[in-house]
Amino acid sequence: MADIFFFIFAATAIGGGIGVVLQKNPVGSLLFMVGTLASIAGIYVLLDAHFLAAIQIMVYAGAVMVLFLFVIMLLNLGHDYRDDIKTGLLLFLAFATAGAIGGLLARQLRGAADNPILAHFPGPEGMEQLLAEQGIVGAIARPLFTDYVVAFELTGILLLVALVGAVAIAKRKV
Amino acid sequence: MLAEALVLSAILFVIGTLGVLVRRNAIIMFLCIELQLNAVNLSFVALARYLGIEGQLYVFFVMTVAAAEAAVGLAIIISIFRHYESVNVENFNLLKW
Repeated sequence: MADIFFFIFAATAIGGGIGVVLQKNPVGSLLFMVGTLASIAGIYVLLDAHFLAAIQIMVYAGAVMVLFLFVIMLLNLGHDYRDDIKTGLLLFLAFATAGAIGGLLARQLRGAADNPILAHFPGPEGMEQLLAEQGIVGAIARPLFTDYVVAFELTGILLLVALVGAVAIAKRKV
Repeated sequence: MLAEALVLSAILFVIGTLGVLVRRNAIIMFLCIELQLNAVNLSFVALARYLGIEGQLYVFFVMTVAAAEAAVGLAIIISIFRHYESVNVENFNLLKW
């Protein structure tokens, strides 16, 4: 059952990704991206990451994509249908680079799922036990506020700096 | 499900790379970078199921950084648009030789 859902979500994610690249209208691209992000959130649920699935929908598909939409509307690019895909040698080089990266990833991935090192870790059963004991929020929050608390606080400072920087850059007169 | 998730992550990453390389619209290039970040997040989550909950924590941090990056990047795009009246990267040739 989970496998069927996985393949449905995988197909919509890949289709949405191709749509993002091929769609001429920026708003259309953005809507395909929202579809891809929602499919990835569905896959997160299948992989026992319910909290991240909720964050993915709220922060990514909600906030970040709306920010993109605001900028597209603000700059009035919504009816810009000009074909901006590169042609000729540049297109060939782009495909060659992407193909090379894909080949390297494929080479790394071959046999990754039955790597002997996975046997040293608890695996999905250990994860299910952890979730049964603490729930997904507890399982994430406990290390987040103990071992990783410095990183967590620094993230807050990073967000503040990004906020001030974004306002300063966008407000400046050119 | 680990192998399938890793393959999906690799496919999404390649699509994102291709998008960054073939498009000329700065906003769509930026969207494709977000797609690459999501592909990497997916492999983190898939491996977290086997190797421990820390993988999901890293995804949490990556999402925060991605949100900050989107805010600053879009501010830069607005600033560039004010100067050139366009978001097509063909027009940004000041640093080209």
